[in-house]
Amino acid sequence: MEAATVAVPAVRLRHVSKVFGGVRALDDLDFEVGQGEVHCLAGENGCGKSTLIKIVTGVHTPEPGAEIELFGESVQGMTPLEARARGIAVIWQDLALFPEMSVAENIAFDTLVGARPRRVSHARLRTLAQEALASLGISIELDEPVSTLPIAKRQIVAIARALVGDARLIFMDEPTSSLTQTETDRLLEIVRRLSATGVAIVFVSHRLAEVIDVASRVTVVRDGRLVGVHDTADMTTSRLTELMTGQNFDQSIRSRDLSTATVMLEVTRLTRKGEYEDVTLRIRRGEVLGLTGLIGAGRTELAHTLFGMTRADSGGMSLDGKPVELDSNRDAMRVGIAYVSEDRLSLGLIQQQSIADNIVLPVLPRLSSPSGLLSRRRIGDTVARWVRELSIRIGRPEHAVSTLSGGNQQRVVLSKWLTTEPRLLILDCPTVGVDVGARAGVFDIVQRLADQGLAILLISDEVSEVYFNADRVLHMAGGRIVGDYLPGEITLESLESRIYA
Amino acid sequence: MKSLFKSELIKSELTLLIIVLCGVIVLFSVGTPQFLTLGNFGSIAFQLPALGLLTLAMLAPILSGGLNLAIVYTANLSGLTLAWVLISFGGPDAGPLAFALGSIAAIAVGALSGLVMGLVIAYVGAHPILVSLAMMIFLRGLGEFLTRGGDISGFPEYLRPIGHGSILGVPIPLLLFLGVAALWHVLLAHTRHGAAVYMIGSNIRASEYSGVHTRRTLTLIYTLSGVLCALAGILMLTRFNSVRVGHGEALLLITVLACFLGGVDPFGGFGRVLPVVLALIILQSVSSGLNLLGANQHLSTAVWGLLLIGVMMLRHLAGRFNHLKKFFHLKKVNHFKQGK
Amino acid sequence: MLVLGLLVVSLSAASDQFLTAGNLTSLLNNNAVNVIWAVGLLVVLIAGGIDISFAVAASVVQYAAVSVFEALGGGNWLIGFAVAGVLGVALGFVNASLIHGFRIITIVVTIATFNAFFGLLMFFTKGRFIYNLPDWWTTRVVLWEHQSADGRWAELNLPVLVTLVCVVLTWVLIRHTTLGRQLYAFGDNPDGAARAGVSVALMQFVAFGWMGLMAGIGGLMQVNITQEVVPNALIGRELDVLAAVVLGGARLGGGRGTVVGCVLGVLLVAVTQNGLNLLGVSPFAFKMIIGAIILLAISTSNLSVRRPGRRRP
Repeated sequence: MEAATVAVPAVRLRHVSKVFGGVRALDDLDFEVGQGEVHCLAGENGCGKSTLIKIVTGVHTPEPGAEIELFGESVQGMTPLEARARGIAVIWQDLALFPEMSVAENIAFDTLVGARPRRVSHARLRTLAQEALASLGISIELDEPVSTLPIAKRQIVAIARALVGDARLIFMDEPTSSLTQTETDRLLEIVRRLSATGVAIVFVSHRLAEVIDVASRVTVVRDGRLVGVHDTADMTTSRLTELMTGQNFDQSIRSRDLSTATVMLEVTRLTRKGEYEDVTLRIRRGEVLGLTGLIGAGRTELAHTLFGMTRADSGGMSLDGKPVELDSNRDAMRVGIAYVSEDRLSLGLIQQQSIADNIVLPVLPRLSSPSGLLSRRRIGDTVARWVRELSIRIGRPEHAVSTLSGGNQQRVVLSKWLTTEPRLLILDCPTVGVDVGARAGVFDIVQRLADQGLAILLISDEVSEVYFNADRVLHMAGGRIVGDYLPGEITLESLESRIYA
Repeated sequence: MKSLFKSELIKSELTLLIIVLCGVIVLFSVGTPQFLTLGNFGSIAFQLPALGLLTLAMLAPILSGGLNLAIVYTANLSGLTLAWVLISFGGPDAGPLAFALGSIAAIAVGALSGLVMGLVIAYVGAHPILVSLAMMIFLRGLGEFLTRGGDISGFPEYLRPIGHGSILGVPIPLLLFLGVAALWHVLLAHTRHGAAVYMIGSNIRASEYSGVHTRRTLTLIYTLSGVLCALAGILMLTRFNSVRVGHGEALLLITVLACFLGGVDPFGGFGRVLPVVLALIILQSVSSGLNLLGANQHLSTAVWGLLLIGVMMLRHLAGRFNHLKKFFHLKKVNHFKQGK
Repeated sequence: MLVLGLLVVSLSAASDQFLTAGNLTSLLNNNAVNVIWAVGLLVVLIAGGIDISFAVAASVVQYAAVSVFEALGGGNWLIGFAVAGVLGVALGFVNASLIHGFRIITIVVTIATFNAFFGLLMFFTKGRFIYNLPDWWTTRVVLWEHQSADGRWAELNLPVLVTLVCVVLTWVLIRHTTLGRQLYAFGDNPDGAARAGVSVALMQFVAFGWMGLMAGIGGLMQVNITQEVVPNALIGRELDVLAAVVLGGARLGGGRGTVVGCVLGVLLVAVTQNGLNLLGVSPFAFKMIIGAIILLAISTSNLSVRRPGRRRP
């Protein structure tokens, strides 16, 4: 019996545990979200957030002893379809949309599901889609295939789809990771709007600043256990990080004066239509140059050209004093440029193949014996060397790379590129998907490399990352370099405010 | 190259195949007294190579994540090329030089058709199934056009030993096949090209990013595949003393079957030569056995189809079992991060 | 579509026999079966799979139907469709259960069932031709006929009507039923579809079941056209049909394809063949030219669309 004055929570979980083959993914967890609340679910990778979401949405069943209440009703043995019927929706990071189908069909897709064949009225689909979009305050061409839409619009489509399904609680998994600042703002606006209409939203995001901004409470999970539920009113990102990792991170500025070192990379007035314009920069030996800015600023595009994957329309590039013309990434690798791409999972590593194979892939020609065949011994030596140098925790080199944690995988990626003995190393958002706790380790490696004389271009979305780890920071916006800062001469806050301005 | 738990899995794979082979031999020996004869094994040894070469031609494309459906017709068209050269030089009176020339021409034809497929797959990005299908239709049409669907025969006598002779008791075709198989193994397991094939099979974009010349590798894969088909075609000519466009149509299925029975991953990225060769021996024995039992040709065809289904079913079930095994092992090693 | 138009124009210019009613109607009559099969295959392709066993399945249905009719002592068209349909669907379900139950990729399964069905068919029937067939089945049903000025007859037969029905039914299925839209979604993003609540098993069974249905009906009509049941008459056409469907815009990775495009694709191939025939080109050249056309077509169509990470159908 509930008192009339107490509002029923959208979801309440008690004593939820989940075991996968001997691994305790969740351990006696409690979780509660109020109706219309914007709530944040925070925790490192592997802490159990996804498992929790899958339990609430009926994909997994919890161990016996768990109590699940959805909108006041106790549920047992729920299926995904049932969860949806009760108003629980998830928008996963990959959005699960259908690129070839139209926007209208994607949004109204819920009405198309079901084993009994029913007649489809395309007009009705469009009406439903129209209504959903209207409630979000956005308009998108209904008949266009989703494949033509940029990521931000696709997210709107995904949210609209959840709404058509009469969702009353929506989980959003890393919704802002590919959005520009304006798009993020718009998304958060939509979130607030939805919350006002009584739809609860649970955010899972590693952008702690955003989360604190838009959510009213945050649930922190660590190693499958509940650490605590806090109001966000007095929360700071560092405190939240501490809660998530259980560790305190003391960050100091690295920035050093390297104006006397030789210039390794010199880029002069590089321009590529539609991507970046008139870019001039210099990186010296042993220097870490940070490059930051909002998404869409052209940083990755610039990196692609530096790595030879695209060609600039005009401007020049020279390495160690000699001008270079790159026709492919192989050319770039030949002259000593290495690029660690942002997407580690599908581009940086070949997940199914072994750690050893991944590490030596770029340098196979150098690991051949005189007969032209690959030398097992040399391969083994190379792999052993890098595993040692970068302290990579592995089982055996023959194991698939997918068995490693995010942080260790990133070290494998680094060692792979280091085998090419580069003179310039470009790191594009190297800590994405790496636990906060493991990030320090990655940057330790970066510092060591710089100390050994490597020139490093560090691209990151997190201003604090470049602030603490780079010698100089460039701010790129709209394809142009608009700011050049020394971390020693500016505070993090004022740098952030300039970038997010 | 390597994959998870390399040594254990591979040892168990080979032992499994050897057990199956013994099982097959026992089964057919019981069924017919003629199975366990030298003559039968000899016949197996003579018939295996052509099938084997075709299977090797199918192997690399599958490893790279594709498929080459045109192998049989490529082989036959190459054979036709050789036949044409031989006939132009007098048919049964043609000299060894004509044979050499013809062989080179045949290999060139095979390489060319593979090259075209490879280029379209690599540079245009078209689906290998579709491209090889189109090439298959084209080659079949071309062959039928040139031969009006008939047989070409009348070849020099000195070719007979190649197709039917032995050295020290080992059939020449078998020597050829084993030599090629050994080369193929070295290529796949010990060269850069081989490593690239596996990586491309698992993830072509990541391979490209890591500096692998994916387009060149793909083109080379199909070109080499074409060369192997040509060798098969030449061999078939020497064995049957005739060439027909549609010869060996049924072999396509068997090559796919041999690859999967030999542990090749249908999605690419994993597989080796040795288990496939073992699988070939098993299949050829089955074929011989069926023949000796007097089984109708059509029944054999059905058997191949059913065998393929059976092998895939078993692989699936074995995969599920393996997954559970891995699960528990990895739990002990504790490198496994659940949660996502 | 443009290509088809061009072809028609050039052919009618090249041969005075092309644009005659007689020629055109015989074209339609003879390709009816291919179109029926094509729309069945289209559904499979949209769902992200591929099937090359349907021609053999059609043959199996033919033979099995003969036995059923004999047992029933005759029959009529209604029974004929029912029997052919059920048998066809059953064979399609065999494919679907292997694909779904054991997670085997569709090309491998259908290569296997192709061989298994064919081998068993030939083995059990001993390859005998059957001429002694129920009258209702083999009688030509003329729907429309016209005698042109030079005394030649042009007529449209029952198969064409059946084809039309099949085409329309397929069109309704994929455009206007929830199942059909789910098929598109499943072909487009099978993982996303599963998460959205689409039943994977249902998709496979519907797609291959529909193909089986079309295969059976196609086989049934084939007998009406040729008045005989011959075991290997149908084999070999599966690749032509596949080529035609792909030419018509369907994609091997799933998620794309229209009925109109599909029909046009078949007509394109048919017109090409017909044209070459009329122009006196040797019949052996057909396959070669078709193969070359397909190669060209996929090359040019793919130049603008590069999809990274394609699926294995």
